[in-house]
Amino acid sequence: MRAAVITFPGSNCDRDLAVALERVTGQPALRVWHGERELPEVDVVCLPGGFSYGDYLRCGAIAARAPILAPVKAFAARGGRVLGICNGFQMLCETGLLPGALLGNRDGRFVGRWLEVEITGRATDFTRAYGAGAVARLPVAHHDGNYVADDGTLDRLEQEGRVVFRYRSNPNGSARDIAGIVNEAGNVLGLMPHPERAVGAELGSADGALVFRSLLDALA
Amino acid sequence: MKVRVEVRLKPGVLDPAAETIHRSLDRLGFEDVRSVVQARVFELDVAKTRPEDVLADARAMADRLLANPVVESYRVDLVE
Repeated sequence: MRAAVITFPGSNCDRDLAVALERVTGQPALRVWHGERELPEVDVVCLPGGFSYGDYLRCGAIAARAPILAPVKAFAARGGRVLGICNGFQMLCETGLLPGALLGNRDGRFVGRWLEVEITGRATDFTRAYGAGAVARLPVAHHDGNYVADDGTLDRLEQEGRVVFRYRSNPNGSARDIAGIVNEAGNVLGLMPHPERAVGAELGSADGALVFRSLLDALA
Repeated sequence: MKVRVEVRLKPGVLDPAAETIHRSLDRLGFEDVRSVVQARVFELDVAKTRPEDVLADARAMADRLLANPVVESYRVDLVE
């Protein structure tokens, strides 16, 4: 499985993500700068966490209009797997690849801690290795994780099984305790928790590795 | 020609910052304040002379970048 990790000015989880990918899949990830206009030949594109462009305007707003996003959108339209973590999730909402938006945490505070998320909804290429109803211990670190969408969109996400990560204890006011969703086709995932920070017991949990393991299995 | 784009959260979208400002105003004794809306203003100097062109450009910029239609609304006005 060949994966690309896109780096934006202000990304700060890009290296962790590349290390996690290599550790789980055995293949080094390609690092791609945001100003590129073409993607290398890959199976998976990853948008990392951080504070791209200083969170100017809105989180992920400027990154979503960066040159590299045009080929990323085309890649997603062809069915390519796109994984957006934290700031990457915000970018995916800003591009319209995922519905809704991520606003400031309800209590106005940055939240950085470990928590538990349930794996829910349909089985996807990002979550199949967990099994339905599994609980993963993952860290969150964000100021803008409050997922919002209109009721019709939220109902549709639930009915179609597209809420694939759900907080057991909501840290940010997110609608319906949503921590992560997939697009209609199931090839684009955005989530606020950081699976790349939980790929080994020495990091506090290995539960995040199953996201990368699922992708590896799906692409085998 | 200058044009002003004002972007604000749609009604019903919770704005924790505006709520915090409201509470602080209340503590200062401004107890008659019913609600607080925070908005973001962009003033753009566009190198065009026809008002309708400048307004159309401003709307296009709001649609494509300055506002997020999922949670925000905007208005555009020429600056006198």
